[in-house]
Amino acid sequence: MTAQLQFRDVTLGYDRHPAVHHLSGEIAAGSLLAIVGPNGAGKSTLFRGIVGILKPLAGSIGLGSLNVRDIAYLPQTADIDRSFPISVFDFVGTGLWRATGLFGGMGKEAQHKIAQALAAVGLSGFENRTIGTLSGGQMQRMLFARVLLQDARVIVLDEPFNAIDAKTSADLIGLVRRWHDEKRTVLAALHDMDLVRDNFPETLLLARTPVAWGATSQVLTAENLSEARRMCEAFDDDAHTCAVDAAPSRAA
Amino acid sequence: MLLYDALIAPFTDFEFMRRALAGVVALALGGAPIGVFLMLRRMSLVGDAMAHAILPGAAVGFLLSGLNLFAMTFGGLIAGFTVAILAGVVSRTTELKEDASLAAFYLVSLALGVTIVSMKGTNIDLLHVLFGNILAMDDQTLLVIAFNATITLIVLAVIYRPLVIECVDPVFLRTVSRAGAPAHLAFLALVVINLVNGFHALGTLLAVGLMILPAGIARFWSRDITGMMMIAVASAMLSGYAGLVLSFQTKVPSGPAIILVAAVLYIVSVLFGSTGGVVRKLFPGRHLEA
Repeated sequence: MTAQLQFRDVTLGYDRHPAVHHLSGEIAAGSLLAIVGPNGAGKSTLFRGIVGILKPLAGSIGLGSLNVRDIAYLPQTADIDRSFPISVFDFVGTGLWRATGLFGGMGKEAQHKIAQALAAVGLSGFENRTIGTLSGGQMQRMLFARVLLQDARVIVLDEPFNAIDAKTSADLIGLVRRWHDEKRTVLAALHDMDLVRDNFPETLLLARTPVAWGATSQVLTAENLSEARRMCEAFDDDAHTCAVDAAPSRAA
Repeated sequence: MLLYDALIAPFTDFEFMRRALAGVVALALGGAPIGVFLMLRRMSLVGDAMAHAILPGAAVGFLLSGLNLFAMTFGGLIAGFTVAILAGVVSRTTELKEDASLAAFYLVSLALGVTIVSMKGTNIDLLHVLFGNILAMDDQTLLVIAFNATITLIVLAVIYRPLVIECVDPVFLRTVSRAGAPAHLAFLALVVINLVNGFHALGTLLAVGLMILPAGIARFWSRDITGMMMIAVASAMLSGYAGLVLSFQTKVPSGPAIILVAAVLYIVSVLFGSTGGVVRKLFPGRHLEA
């Protein structure tokens, strides 16, 4: 297996305060990786770094031959203006952006793809509804349909099953498994440990610094989880410059 | 025949009325769709602020070269673009939201303009800049307005897709394309162009009226964005035509007459609009089965 994503001693954060501290490692192509950790552990920050919204404070994230725009990203709180008058069909159709771009037409084939994606998430019949009329779960199904259309090599899902009922999350986890079977790389931040144990072969336990990374059964142990919980959440305004960062600069 | 005399004769008898009507149609075609996007992005007041930002530029152009169409247009464009771009850049690179950064820049622009005007001395013709005069448009002005409206429609067609996605889901657009920022800046440029367009006819203070009021009207009659733009353009044209007739038959100045007609349409829409109008909300009828 070749590495799809490489973290080279990467530190991500805000205003010089690290939220993900010195993460190194590789994610193999075709992995199905769960990222778990308490609130404030840096899961969302890591994802924002991967998709290029956030520049690393130090270190780097290697994408290999992958274009950053070929990563499908589903943020935790999608910053969507739900009052905007756009139909479910058109909204999901934006997932074809990489294929259609500014002017590309939506031909028969594209319309068929959109209809298929809507059917796959169980939203057939919702085509002409405006997005403002959807419930939370339907909204999440719609966002999954768009990810489906993006046809991306790497898919990044930030807490995709929050506030979603059992039926909907079961349907959506089915899609995640399907992506895994299609040899796509899927990363998902999750809080439901049972769901992780049942569906994700690999897990990264994050608490600002990586606590454990490997096969799910070996990562989700009682010791590891309690260590992750001890993580200090608050930033320290008087924190000193990180010694690990300072060392190489002295050497140079 | 009475109806003919009232509604059609002014335009067949007088060239300046035909000119004014052509100008209003052009303004409606360019400005109303822009107004719809301003409304959907919750930037209606931003348009108003931009109109204020343009005033000093136009005034400076006027002071430097008199009542010269191109100097005033150019001055307005420069002032508007400067404010729009600076505000856009600041809000995209810092934590400050767009409205706050725009407010800061348009206030600076306004203060600067007033300072320059007071140093050079004021002139009664400045009223022309402030309130416009659609009945006194010459061929040049009409051509400028038509040209700007054409540019607006072409550019809007080019940036339409990224602009819509940027409105609905900006983070998604950022992850799939770099088109978001250029589309946003192009849109702000279109706002400025249409405000400059509006000030020739309606003056800087009312220029934004033919953009925002029709957009507000459209929201009450349509649920989809294409329908909204069609309705906005139609109601802007209707307001322009009726306003001109009103102004011709009474002594109401043309600019305010057009905006007042639009305001009446707006109030009717708020009350009786088919999507979310007040009457519909008060008397929704019995609930459905599913």
